[in-house]
Formats: sequence, C-alpha cells, structure tokens
Amino acid sequence: MSTEAQPLLSVRDLRVSFVLDEGLVRAVDGTSFDVMPGQVLGVVGESGCGKSVTMRAILQLIDRPGRITKGEIHFRRDSGVVDLVQLSPRGGEMRDIRGGEIALIPQEPMAAFSPVHTVGDQIVEAILLHSHRWQPDRKLSRSEARDITVGLFRDVGISMPEQRIYTYSWQLSGGLRQRAMIAMALSCKPRLLIADEPTTAIDVTTQAQVLALLRDLQARYNTAIIFITHDLGVIAQMASYVVVMYLGRVMEEGPVDDIFHAPKHPYTRALLRSIPSLYGQTRVALPVISGALPHPFNRPPGCPFHPRCPDVMERCSVAVPRLMPVGTSQLASCFLHHEEAEQA
Amino acid sequence: MTAADITAGKEAEDRIAVASNWKLVWWRFRRHHLAMASAVLLIFMYTIVLVPNFFSTQDPERTDARQAFIPVQTVHLFDDGSFSPWVPAIAGKRNPTTLRMEWTTDSNKKVPVTFFGTGYKWKVFGLFETTRHLIVPVDPNQRIFLLGSDRLGRDQWSRIMHGTQTSMTVGLVAVALSVILGVVLGGISGYVGGKTDSVIQRLIELLQSVPTIPIWLALSAALPRDWTPTQIFFAITVILSLVGWTTLGREVRGRFLALREEDFVLAARLAGCSRMRIILRHMVPTFLSHIIATSSLAIPVMIINETSLSFLGLGIRPPAISWGVLLQEAQNIQTLALAPWLLIPGLVVIVAVLAFNLVGDGLRDAADPYSH
Amino acid sequence: MSDVLPDRGPPGPLTSGPEAHTPLLDVRGLQKFFPITRGFLQRTVGHVRAVDGVDFTVNEGETLGLVGESGCGKTTASRCILRAIDPTGGQILYRTRTGKVVDLASLPPAELLPLRAEIQMIFQDPFGSLNPRMTLLDNVGEPLLVNGMKSRRERTDRVAELLRLVGLRPEFMHRFPHAFSGGQRQRIGIARALATNPRLVVADEPVSALDVSIQAQVLNLLLELQARLKLTFLFVAHDLSVVRHISDRIAVMYVGQLVELAPTDAIFRQPLHPYTAALMRAVPAADPRVRSGDGVLSGEVPSPANPPSGCYFHPRCRHAQARCKVEAPALREIAPGHVSRCHFAGEMVF
Repeated sequence: MSTEAQPLLSVRDLRVSFVLDEGLVRAVDGTSFDVMPGQVLGVVGESGCGKSVTMRAILQLIDRPGRITKGEIHFRRDSGVVDLVQLSPRGGEMRDIRGGEIALIPQEPMAAFSPVHTVGDQIVEAILLHSHRWQPDRKLSRSEARDITVGLFRDVGISMPEQRIYTYSWQLSGGLRQRAMIAMALSCKPRLLIADEPTTAIDVTTQAQVLALLRDLQARYNTAIIFITHDLGVIAQMASYVVVMYLGRVMEEGPVDDIFHAPKHPYTRALLRSIPSLYGQTRVALPVISGALPHPFNRPPGCPFHPRCPDVMERCSVAVPRLMPVGTSQLASCFLHHEEAEQA
Repeated sequence: MTAADITAGKEAEDRIAVASNWKLVWWRFRRHHLAMASAVLLIFMYTIVLVPNFFSTQDPERTDARQAFIPVQTVHLFDDGSFSPWVPAIAGKRNPTTLRMEWTTDSNKKVPVTFFGTGYKWKVFGLFETTRHLIVPVDPNQRIFLLGSDRLGRDQWSRIMHGTQTSMTVGLVAVALSVILGVVLGGISGYVGGKTDSVIQRLIELLQSVPTIPIWLALSAALPRDWTPTQIFFAITVILSLVGWTTLGREVRGRFLALREEDFVLAARLAGCSRMRIILRHMVPTFLSHIIATSSLAIPVMIINETSLSFLGLGIRPPAISWGVLLQEAQNIQTLALAPWLLIPGLVVIVAVLAFNLVGDGLRDAADPYSH
Repeated sequence: MSDVLPDRGPPGPLTSGPEAHTPLLDVRGLQKFFPITRGFLQRTVGHVRAVDGVDFTVNEGETLGLVGESGCGKTTASRCILRAIDPTGGQILYRTRTGKVVDLASLPPAELLPLRAEIQMIFQDPFGSLNPRMTLLDNVGEPLLVNGMKSRRERTDRVAELLRLVGLRPEFMHRFPHAFSGGQRQRIGIARALATNPRLVVADEPVSALDVSIQAQVLNLLLELQARLKLTFLFVAHDLSVVRHISDRIAVMYVGQLVELAPTDAIFRQPLHPYTAALMRAVPAADPRVRSGDGVLSGEVPSPANPPSGCYFHPRCRHAQARCKVEAPALREIAPGHVSRCHFAGEMVF
C-alpha cells in the first residue's frame, strides 16, 4: 500500500483552551504527533498534561467552555485526508468517523454502557449504524449483526458468547465488562483505536489479561492504537512509539526503546528515575522531581517544565523550546539539545 | 506575562488560599448576576416586612365607599423641570345608566406629594410612635392611591405593604420550623440509623403520600373560628411546616449518611474526637450551606401555599392582610374587568417567588465551593 | 473457619532492623464479616467474609506491606486494627507505650480513646481526608486539641514544627486545604497523622492517588520520617513495586486470607505461593526490553461472599491438583519467617 509511509493521523500544533471563571486554561498548548497505520502509539503524562483533552479533540468531543483554538488534525480516510478540526462536531462526516473509523475504549466501562439495554444490543446497534464498514454495498440485517457480535465476543475472549450478549453491563464483572467494551470499540472495524487509561480502574491481574488481549488483537487486526496512560510500565509493555506530554506540550517523543533507554528530555529522564521498580534497591531515597505540578491557571512562562527542571538555564524561563529532531530517531523540546524556540 | 501580572496573580492566589468556606461561597454567589439582583430585591422586601407602615401612604384598613375602584395614580417626580413630586388628581363621575362611579385621572390637576413626610401615626416595632412615611400627600386631608383602591375604597398600595409583611413572614417562619424539624429528625435518622431511621423514614413517606391540599383544608377548617388573626397566622405556619419538613429531613439524612463515610470524618474519629465534636465541628458546617440553599428554595413554596390557602378563604382571613387575602378581591371576573389593578398582588407573588428561586439556585451552585 | 497458625512461638528475628525483635502489633485470627441482608425486614441471608482469619505481627520500627487486589480484605483488616470498624472475631494485641499488652479488638471505647493518639492513619485520597472548611492549623492541630493541648499558642508552635517536618512552610498554617496540590495535601495529612507522636501508622494506599512525579517525593518522606521518628508502618497498597520499595516484610492477601508473608527480599527472590508469583508477573515492567505478562492469570478474583471450595486460589492456579479443590491449605512456615498457604509450597517452584 502506498499509505504505508504516510501517517494515518497527524496532529499539528493543536491548541485547546478552556475559558473558566478563574481564568483561561490552556489545556493543550501546541501539541504535534503522528500515528502510523498499525502503530501502537503510547501517550504518557501526569494529570493536567492534556493527554485526555487531546484525544477528545481528535474525536471532536470538546464541550463548552472548551474550544480548539488552533491547529490541524489530519486523518486519512479511504476518500482522502480530512482535517477533523474543520468538520462540524455534530455533522454526518464526523459522526461517521467517530465510532466508525476512530473508536474509543474509555477508562470506566461501566459508564460507557447503558444499563437498560443488553450489551449485545448496544453493539448490534453500533454495527448497524456503521454497517457499510462490514458490507459496503448493502445494509446488514439484524441477525447478521448479531452473528458479528458473537464473533467479536469470542475474539475478545468472552466465554459463552451466545449467552453473554444477552446480559446487561452491570451483570458482568469488571474484566468482562472491559472486554465487552473492547468488542464494542472493534465493532466497526476502526482504523484507529483510542484507549484512554483502559486499565487504570482494574486490578493488576485483570490488567495483565486486558493488556495481553489488546496486544493480541492489535497483532491480528493491525489496527493503529493510541494508548493513553500515566503508567510507565504499561507504556513500556504496550507501545512501539512514545509521546511524553507535560502541561499540554509534547516534551519528547521517539521509539519506545530509545525513550526508556536513552531519554533526552530532563523530564523523561527524571520521571523514569523516580519510579520504584521490581528490581532496584529497596528502602532508599528515590531520585525525585522537585516541586509540584503547577496549577493549570498558573502556567509558568517559557518551557513549562523549567521550574522543576534540574538542568534549567536562563533561557528556559523566557522562550518556549520547539519540538525538534534530536539524534537519529527522537524528538525533544529542550534547549539542552537545540536552540530552536517557538515563535511568540 | 509581566512582573506586575505575576505579583498580582500571586496576591490573588494568597487571597484565595486563606479564604474561608463562606468567603468562597460568597465569591461564587456574587458571580450569579441574576441571583445577586434577586437577593437585593429580597432584602428590600424584608425591609418592608420590618416596617410596612413606613412604606404605606395611609392606614390599610381605612375604608371609604365613595372612593371604591380608584385606578392607579402614577408618581411624577418633576414639575416644570424642577424636583417637585406629584400625582395626577382623580375626578369621579357617576355613570347615569350603570350608576357606577367612573374615574378619570387629570394630569393638569396635580396633587403634590412629599417623601419622608408626615402621615398617620404608627409605632416602630410597636415601641415608639412616629408619623414618618416614605411618601405622603403634602395635604394630610388628601388621599392618594398609588396602586388604586379596592371595592371598599381601601388603598391597595398600603395593603400590599402589609400583605408583604404577613406573607413573607409566613414563608420564613414556616421554613424555619421545617428546618428545625428536618435537621433534628433527619439528623437523628441519619446518625443513629437502624430502627429509628426506619421509623422516621416511614413517617416521611406517610406524610409525603398524603395529598396536601385536603389535609390543609381539613386542618385549617379545624381552627376555631374565634381565634385572633395572629393565632390563625401561627396555626397556618405550623400546619405548613408540619408537612414541609419531610423533604429537608430526607436531605439532611442523606448528607449525614454520606458524610459519615467521608475520610476527614474518619480522621477526626481516629484523632479521638467525641461524637458531639464530630457532628458540630465537621458534619454540620459541611452541610449548612446546602441546608441554607435548600431552605431558600423552600420559602417560595411556602409562600405559594399560604397564598393558595388564603385565596381559597381557608388560610389567613380578613381583617388580617396577606397576598392571598388581597387576591381574594380579584376572584370574580366582573371586578377584574372593572379594576384590573386588583391583580397586582398576584404580580408581587410572582416576583417574590421568582426572586427566592433565583437566589436559591445561586446559593445551591455556590454552596459547595470545593466541587470542581 | 479461622486458621490458627501452627504454634508460632515467640516472634523470631525477622528483619535486619535494630528493633526487629519486639512485636508492636500481633494480629491473631482476625475476622470481619459483613452481613448480607435481604427484603423489607433486613433479614440476614449470608455473610461477606471480608477478612477471614488473618494472622501477622508488625515489629517495632519496621514496615509491613499488605498487598492484594481489590476485595482481598487488606483495607478492611487495616480499618479493624484502627478500630474504625469493629472486628467480628480474633485478637489485635498491641503493646502500648507503657509496655502493657492490650487487645484492641475487644477494648471498650473509653479505654480505646487514649490509645488513639498512638495509632494513626494516612489516607489514600488527599482531597477527601482534610476538612475543607478548616485551616491547616485546625486540621493538623485537631488531634492535639482533643488530646489535651488546649493552649492555642502551644498548638501553633507544634503545627509549625510538624509542617516543617513534612517539608511545608509553617506560614501556610492559616491557609485552607483548597490552596494546595494533591502532593502537598498528602504531606498535610501525614503531618496530622504525626501530630500526637504515634508509634504505629497505618498508611492506606498513601501514594496511589498521586501523580507519578509526586509519588517518589512522598515515599522518600515516609522513609525519612520513619528513620527519624522510629515509626512503625503498616503499609497497605496494591502496587507491588511501591510496596517492595518501602517494606521490610510483605504480606499478601487473597479473598480475605493471608496467603504468604515473608521478608521483602525473600518473597521477591522466591515466592512460595502461586498467587504471589502471578501477581509479580502481572506487574508491567517499566522497561520495553523486559517482556512481562507471560503466564497471565485467567479468571477473576472470586467474591468473598461465595468463595471457592478448598484453596480459594485453586480455580485460577495453574499448579492446582485434585487435593486443592477439597482441602483448604493451612498457613505453614516454609523457611524462617516465610509463611505460605499452599499445599505445595517448598515443593514446587511457582
């Protein structure tokens, strides 16, 4: 395919602001990254880093008082590349893309299913809504859609799928519910799957099951996945390419091995050092990142990380470093590595 | 960002950092412009409640059959460009066919009025006598009808002032009683739990399932006929609150149940605080602002209830004056066609109820400044 | 029902710590059942055995990590020790400052009250554990006030000292909690827990609600405070890497029971219960060159209201044999200080 080298999704200088009573919050402040077809992109960051807001922007789900103030989100469809920012959030094309070509696995599967319809019915509805993704020339019948649902349940490892499609979400255990949610997300054969902290609310042994399942499904369907999490372990195990965000900006990005073994940005380095591992020395002081995450109303000027940065220079508090290639495969926005600043 | 901006931001941050709960509630409430305007209006109305006579132009009970159904006389502040308030004079002529008095206002004949002038005698809080009024005709023998007169020739403006006193007080007192009942019974229900909780909850369900209007009718019909207006007034208030506390009782119970599970309440227990201290220092302050918000939403309901009862002739009865009593005057179509200004008390009810609801909504939104 | 340890004898030297020989807390056969009620009359139709016969000791000056997945009973057990809830059965023997041994499980409230100062708690949620309507001075000073420090001047001095101890500026004491970030609030919570000079601190998931870059700060603070103030920690958490980092010994719980307890190094070198081993394998390693997640556990944690027969872990255990279905294993000491609730502990490698 000729699209192989070209990104499936390309986010360029995205900015999202929230106008609140207390002031303007720049939740996403110039974020850029690409997702290649079939790639698992990990987006990692702490609270307030804008990772979830970025994903909502891609799906055009930013509610008032939030607004996309600038930037482009190019998404490759069969019919060509569209800029999602230009589409009407409630328009037909966006509705077709959302849920059809880009699907979301939310953090809390309980909230994502309606408690008054069976899980199977909800997935059948979704399949019928995006029926052309399975059968381009005619509308699927309800029984065909149900067969597809049973197949999906089997794919995500739900035993007795014929019976389980008739259950309600609250009758399922946490792990099964998360599997049903994945089946729902896959129900329209999406090109891109956005998994927003899909394992944060579940236990570690169940998390291991869900991660194994997602890895297996990804290998089978070759769907591109954006995997959002704050857990560096999950990122290391799941992603092939990693984007590190802090206060609405991309600090560093690169192949997973480089990010974990040759991090360039001081934030990435400090973050990796500060987490206790299963192999390190116990009961000793961990290297820490000093200070606290700034309140979103009080963004520091210049590089957002500079007040906590161990390698801070005079310039860092004045100019905002651009995201530039560093080394062979990584990109970093830090004056330690280049001189390029963002235009004011 | 300039250095000055940063300092300003820092000061604002410091101000917020030391702001108590009530300050935060106030800051949030202040941003609701409608609620703020309504609050000002309500403060004004409760000033009327305190001294209705000061705002009246004449004794609300003064009747004169010859001055029935006089239309509204509007106050004009300027005469020939200089400040000299006046109202147009009224001229009456009996219609020879219907034999009714027909009134016309004559803007050429001016009745001069004065602010803070002297009028009939009244007592401030029943203590000391005064003759001061907000607005009175310069000539004490003249009568002015700012909102017209009723079929007995009583001044509606003055009667509305006195009606405001009764109706707004009924609302406030009834809600105050409901709050006491609701907080005590709801609190016991929520804190003690178990059997007590079950009994109180079933009682609330019972009270809530009884149709209210017939109950009120029965209760007020049972009031002895020879009671004074004040006695009736208090009886009506008690009747209203006996039914009204249930919603609040549920709310308080819910808050207690939720708060019992809060970490900071557990922390206080583990610190060794006594039960009483936990309730008074940790639990009550936490839901107090919610209770105030809920109560301010309950007052208009009480006002409507009182007005409806009195309108039906079952609540407060003449000679006592309330908005409902005043609206009784507007009960038949003929009067309405002849004297539409008798509907003005209805307008006052609407304004008061709206104001209470807006303030209540504003308070409810501001009540929990930590919610986001 | 309650599994009694085969005579444990006097607690032996379990860690290398200096005070390792003296147990501060000795929990024996702790049980907590919650009734399941049905219908209008609230009839009891069964019990959730949230904690079902748990035994462990916590030695003076050490950190015992209590791990397990949600519903394993670790939080319930810790709340019983704090007497935030009353246990159904068992003993919680605590050696007081004066050297007397009391049973917290059966102590009447009046006698419990003076001991509250000695046993304190650090909460998980830094936003819910401080009263938002009180300043730091009142929040941190409350334990002092109710324990007899009536003078405001004295309290102010002590609160200033406590704030400095946890790395906050004493000038902050007139501020309200809403002015602080999650990490700072957690420090305030720690200051409050330390106000009365406690000896035992129960920390319930103290870092799991914090951001990654803040977790290390709080872990370091806890380690430093422990060394300085000779504190004993019962550290309840679900994150194995965090528990491993901070604990001298680790106790693993599954469906209301203790399944393994051992010194940290020993348990990580060789877990003697298949559940512990599976738990360790399930933790995703923060290194893309280490593939974790092999041998993923199948199925889910059973409900403590309706646990499986025999060994509670047998339906998910890949080493399960016929015996595991019928016979409930007892907690056995396999190596010195290393106990496991598995029939095959010491015979198999998990």
